Amino acid sequence: LRKAGVKLNDTDCFVQDHADIFLPLSRSASCVAADIISTVEFNSSGELLATGDKGGRVVVFQREQESKSQPQRRGEYNVYSTFQSHEPEFDYLKSLEIEEKINKIKWLPQQNAAYFLLSTNDKTVKLWKISERDKRPEGYNLKDEDGRIRNPSTITSLRVPVLQPMDLMVEATARRVFSNAHTYHINSISVNSDLQTFISTDDLRVNLWNLEITDRSFNIVDIKPANMEELTEVITSAEFHPQHCHTFAYSSSKGSIRLCDMRQAALCDKHCKYFEEPEDPSTRSFFSEIISSISDVKFSHNGRYLMTRDYLTVKVWDLQMENKPLETYQVHDYLRGKLCSLYENDCIFDKFECVWNGSDSVIMTGSYNNFFRMFDRNTKRDVTLEASRENSKPRAILKPRKVCVGGKRRKDEISVDSLDFSKKILHTTWHPHENIIAVAATNNLYIFQDKVN
Amino acid sequence: MEVNAEARRILAVSISKLYASRTQRGGLRLHRSLLLSMVMRSARDIYHSSRECEGPAGAQPASEEPMDTTPNPEEQPGLPEPEPQPALNSTEPAQEESDSSEEDSDTEITEDKENLSPARQSRKRRGKASAAPDFLPSKRARLEPGEERYAAPLGSWRLPGRVEPPPLSLPPSLPPQQRSAEQRAEKKPDAGRKV
Repeated sequence: LRKAGVKLNDTDCFVQDHADIFLPLSRSASCVAADIISTVEFNSSGELLATGDKGGRVVVFQREQESKSQPQRRGEYNVYSTFQSHEPEFDYLKSLEIEEKINKIKWLPQQNAAYFLLSTNDKTVKLWKISERDKRPEGYNLKDEDGRIRNPSTITSLRVPVLQPMDLMVEATARRVFSNAHTYHINSISVNSDLQTFISTDDLRVNLWNLEITDRSFNIVDIKPANMEELTEVITSAEFHPQHCHTFAYSSSKGSIRLCDMRQAALCDKHCKYFEEPEDPSTRSFFSEIISSISDVKFSHNGRYLMTRDYLTVKVWDLQMENKPLETYQVHDYLRGKLCSLYENDCIFDKFECVWNGSDSVIMTGSYNNFFRMFDRNTKRDVTLEASRENSKPRAILKPRKVCVGGKRRKDEISVDSLDFSKKILHTTWHPHENIIAVAATNNLYIFQDKVN
Repeated sequence: MEVNAEARRILAVSISKLYASRTQRGGLRLHRSLLLSMVMRSARDIYHSSRECEGPAGAQPASEEPMDTTPNPEEQPGLPEPEPQPALNSTEPAQEESDSSEEDSDTEITEDKENLSPARQSRKRRGKASAAPDFLPSKRARLEPGEERYAAPLGSWRLPGRVEPPPLSLPPSLPPQQRSAEQRAEKKPDAGRKV
């Protein structure tokens, strides 16, 4: 694969207020036309951005080095590598098709010249190595330049092959395949801070792997009841603590989070902390269980907080306080009265992700109509922005959007009934150090940045 | 009653979703199935309690009758619909009658099920819904030799409540408790931890 410089929308950005005014930095053309992006993830330096899609492909973008000639232009993200990570499979034993859709991608921190990432579909996790090749050996004795074997009788002298420069090529190779460990559908993976192990999580189990060993994994959480008819909750996501290699958290469909310490026992069925907010009986409805199901859980970078996303809210939990969240943010509370319709059109099952910024001061999550929301934890201000082609013109500053919840609708507001529920932003990611965000809107990737003068 | 109507609508929607999820690519999603069954249970409970308010409810089982693991290639092993959903029964083919009579301990019905004729107890569970909703294809169950087919009024979507039992008839040669061993064995408990 050649390193492709895809021409992207270029914007010169200038911003007054950091963190709540974002501008389009680049928008990728849909690299794979009709394919829906199913996950996005920056690597730990922010140099690379990976996307996975429903077709099993991974596309990795790399940030351009800032050039001295155009200092105002911050590095754009260009396509760096594209590869087919997973293929559709068929489980003959159960007569089930296994989707190739990439559910999650997690990067390993860079330890040498190559980049490593884990990608997973419903059943199999793979470790991919992405490396550059800019030299190739030339001058073989036994084969000619095209690779054909030379006739030995024509070889009259001996020479040593020499490495010659070549056009940069980026290759992705599958280095490990971690398979056959999950009966149910994998919803998340998380790399341990020890950089030697990782966990993969399905509806009922969490498995611990060593990155070097593919034929064995340890089951560390198992909530499958002896009688499946007694099942009342499933695991929806799990993540390792960013610093403590013995601690991980998993969220459930009942709205609770459990923190587990792997030093306590081999099987972490007993949690060491249990986070749950008692249900407010006044808001009880047919759909209370669905909307309290946690779709994403993320530790803060400093390791002191947990963030959870359920259908209508984002909550920040202090690890020291289990009985209620520290902060609750309403993402789109105007949908509370529409739950029945959202149940009928399946939107109520949408799994939104949430993300911290590098300093843990701002959190972000997606919504409908290609809206995404940011909440500043310090100032308590929030903003709604939209990822759309119209907004991504050069020099454009993203204008805050507002949903009108009844009564008079102002000129720029949009009414709840006009929201497009087919346009949803489920996957977002934030650069680890800078205010650059990537937002997946169906099959388009938007990258926004703010720049302080 | 409005709540009643909403509960019925939600039940109908849920059933069609559950039905559709069986043909979904990637197999049955446990999480989604669980949430669907929870909604259905809430809706069913609301419907029941609203019917209770309306008038004396028919002596029908309002219990949790466990869902059978029908031998369905689309289902994963050890993965029946997570919560017992009697309302589903009308859409499931060939329900195992053995389950309802063996695990009757928690039913509230007053009639003596054991001594009823199989003609009265057809293979479709009558407790929750007497007929398939008209938007789903009707499935006729296979009958045991000696059993008669109980003609149910199709095309009317009636939720649990009052289902008039037919007049009792003499027990034929095949009383309900003599199920084949095969039918009993078909319900295998899911035991042990498997990774």
